[in-house]
Amino acid sequence: MKILMLGWEFPPYKTGGLGTACYGLTKGMSKEGVDITFVVPFDPGKGEFVNLKGMTKTKVERIPSLLTPYQTSAGYDACMNDQGAQEVYGWNLFAEVERYSQLAAGFADDSFDIIHAHDWMTYKAGILAREITKKPLVVHIHATEYDRTGGHPNEEIAKRESEGMHAADLVIANSQRLKDEVIKHYGIDAAKIEVVHWGLDTDDKSIPQRAGWNQPTVLFLGRMTIQKGPEYFVHAAQKVLSHNPNVQFVMVGSGDKLPDVINLAADLGISDKILFTGALRGEDVNRAFSMADLFVMPSVSEPFGLVALEAMHNGTPAIISKQSGVSEVMRHCMQADFWDVDKMANLIATSLQHTAVLDELKHNGKKEIKRFDLATPAKKVINAYGKVLL
Amino acid sequence: MNVCCYFQVHQPFRLNKNYTVFDVGKHDAYFDEKLNKEVMAKVAKKCYLPTNKLLLKLIKRHGIRFAFSITGVAIEQFPKEVLQSFQKLADTGNVEFLSETYHHSLAFLYDRQEFDHQVGLHKKTIKKHFRQTPKILRNTELIYNNEVASHAKRLGYKGVLAEGADHVLDWQSPNYVYQSPSGVPLLLKNYKLSDDVAFRFSDKSWKGHPLTVEKYGSWLSQAPGDVVNLFMDYETFGEHQWEDTGIFNFLESLPKELEQKDIRFISPSEALKQAPKATVDMPNFVSWADVERDLSAWTGNKLQDSALEKLYKMKQTLSGKALEDWRKLTTSDHFYYMCTKWFNDGDVHKYFNPYDSPYEGYIAFMNALQDLSQRQEEWITV
Repeated sequence: MKILMLGWEFPPYKTGGLGTACYGLTKGMSKEGVDITFVVPFDPGKGEFVNLKGMTKTKVERIPSLLTPYQTSAGYDACMNDQGAQEVYGWNLFAEVERYSQLAAGFADDSFDIIHAHDWMTYKAGILAREITKKPLVVHIHATEYDRTGGHPNEEIAKRESEGMHAADLVIANSQRLKDEVIKHYGIDAAKIEVVHWGLDTDDKSIPQRAGWNQPTVLFLGRMTIQKGPEYFVHAAQKVLSHNPNVQFVMVGSGDKLPDVINLAADLGISDKILFTGALRGEDVNRAFSMADLFVMPSVSEPFGLVALEAMHNGTPAIISKQSGVSEVMRHCMQADFWDVDKMANLIATSLQHTAVLDELKHNGKKEIKRFDLATPAKKVINAYGKVLL
Repeated sequence: MNVCCYFQVHQPFRLNKNYTVFDVGKHDAYFDEKLNKEVMAKVAKKCYLPTNKLLLKLIKRHGIRFAFSITGVAIEQFPKEVLQSFQKLADTGNVEFLSETYHHSLAFLYDRQEFDHQVGLHKKTIKKHFRQTPKILRNTELIYNNEVASHAKRLGYKGVLAEGADHVLDWQSPNYVYQSPSGVPLLLKNYKLSDDVAFRFSDKSWKGHPLTVEKYGSWLSQAPGDVVNLFMDYETFGEHQWEDTGIFNFLESLPKELEQKDIRFISPSEALKQAPKATVDMPNFVSWADVERDLSAWTGNKLQDSALEKLYKMKQTLSGKALEDWRKLTTSDHFYYMCTKWFNDGDVHKYFNPYDSPYEGYIAFMNALQDLSQRQEEWITV
C-alpha cells in the first residue's frame, strides 16, 4: 500500500501535538509495512535536518513555505514581515495555502492508493491530488477551528475545514468528542467518520530521574492560547495557595495569551508562586515533567491531548479536562470540567496532602501507558482505509 | 436435594463528593443525603418492594423459606413502607435473619473489638425490627477464614456462611454442610448456580441464555449433595437484572417447578441440621468478590491501604456524633470505590459508584477523614 500523506513538522521541529501526531502515525504505519510519501511545508530558513530513524519506507518531500501548524492570519502576516515579505510566498495565509496546495498536488500520481491529508491547510491539496489520481481522499481532523478559537471561528477557515471533510471519502477523528463536534458544526455524515485515539512514541524518550524540589510542584504545559485554558490553571492555583501557601506552580509554554496569564497571576497576587518558563523543547520538557508532582491540563476544548500521555510516560500524575479526547481512553488520571476550578483545586490540594493517590496513579500509569503505543492507531487507520479501498 | 437462599440487602451512606479540602474544619456534612435518598428510592421501587411482595406470595403459596442479611446502615435508610414490607416477611416465620456488622465493615480485619461492637449493634437492630435473634453469622462480603469461624463460635453463633471458592474446595462439592477446624458448621456458596441467576441471567452471550425454570430446575436436581446454597445480592431482582429480563417471572415460577422435582427451599438453620460432611481448612481469607475471590476488591492498593490505616488508627479518641460518622466511614463500599483493578471487574465496580474514578473516591474519603481527625483533636483539647 502506498500513501500520499500531506502533513506537518517532523522532529526536531515541534510546535504542538499536530506534528507529533503526524510523525507518530507515519512511523507506526511504516512499521506495518506501508509506503508513505510525506509532503510537508518547510521553512528553508530552519535548516534541513529531519529525523527519520526507523522509517525505512518513508520518503519526505519538502515544500518551501511559511505555513506552520495552528497558524492564524495575523500570525502569518507577522511571519511574512519577519521574512521581509518575500515574493515567492502568498501575500496572506489563504494565498499561501493556495500556493502550497498547487505544489503539494504536484507530487500526486497514479502510484498512490490513498491521499491522506492532515488538518484544514492541507485539505485543498488533498482535493486536488484526488482529482489527479482518482484515488480515495482521507482527511484527518486533529482539531476544528472551533476548538482553536474557543468557539469563535474564522469563517474562511471553518469553510475550508467543512469543504475538506465533505469532499473526503473518509474522515478520521482523534476522539469521539471530535467526531461529535464535526457532526455538529459541519454536518458530516457520521458513517464516514472513524475515531482513532492517539498513541505515544516512546522510542527516543528516556524517563529522566525525578528531580523533586523541596516544594510540592504543579505543572501546566501547553500553548498559552484560549484553547488550552491557562487562566483556569491560575485560578485553581490561587485557590490551592489559599489552603497551602507552600505549593509551587510552573507554567511552560508560550502563545498569544501569555501576557494575559501573567497579568492575571499578578492581579491575584500570586506572581511569586507561579514560574513562567516560556516554551521548552526536547529534554527540557521531560525535565519539567520530572520536577512536577502533578500535571494539570485544563483545556477548554482538546480534541485529543497527547501531552497527557507524555505526562503519564514521565511518571507525572495528571488531572485532565473532561473536555478532552484523551479523557475518553485514559483511566489512571483524575478528571474535571475545565471550568470547575473548585474541583481542580480540591484534587490538587488534597492529593498533595494525601500523597498515596499520587503513588497509586504513578504505579498504574506505568502499566497503562503501554496500551498507548504507535502500532494501535496505525493499525486502526490501515483498517479504516479498507473501507474506502474497494 | 434442597436449596438454601440468602439475599444480601445493603446500601451504604455514600460520601458527598463535593466535600472538599476547603470544607475541612468548617463543617461535617460528609454524606450525600440527596444521592443516598435517590438511590434508596430507586432500589426500593425497582427491587425491594416488588420482590418482597412476590416473596410474601410465594411463602403463602409454597411455604418457601430463605434468609436475609440486612445491614444496619441499609435499615437506617429504609423508607417506612420498605421496612414494613420486610417486617411482613419476618412475621410469616419463614424468613431467617443473619448476623453481620451493622456497618457492613471490614472491622474483622482491622479491629476485633470494633467488629464485636458492630455485630452486637446489628443484632440489637434486627431484634428490634424483626423480633428474632440471629443465630448464624455472615461477615461482610462473605469475607471468611478459619479465624472468622472460631471467633463466631466465641460469640455463640451456630454457623457461618462463606464462599465456596474453587481454590479451597478443590474437587469437593459445595452442596454439603462442612465445618471449620474449630468445629463450626459452614454453608458454602455454590457460586456457579448462584451467579447463573445473579450475573448471567440476562447475558445473551452466555450459553445458558435464556434461563428458564425448567432448565435451572434440572441443573439443581442433577447437582450432587444435600443443599445448594444460593447466595446473592437482593438487588439481583429488578435492579441488577431488570424486570424486563423476566427475572420476576423466573422467581415466581421457580418454587412450583422445584416442588415437582421434590426440591425444597430451606433456611440456613434448617440446612445446618445436617451433620457436617468434612472439615474445610481455610487459613487465608476468601470472599465472594470479583474473579479473585480474595480481599483485593477493598484492600491492597495504596489508596485503600492508606485510607484504612488512617481510619482504624483514629477510633480511640472519638465519641458521640463523631464516632457515629466514623462508623459510617468503616463501610466497605468506600474502599471498593477505590479499587483500581478495573480491567476485569470494571463494570461491577462502577455499579452505584458515585465517583468518576477510584482516585476521586479516595480524595472525598480522605477529606472527610481529615475533618474527623481534627474534630478528634478538638475533643482532646477541650
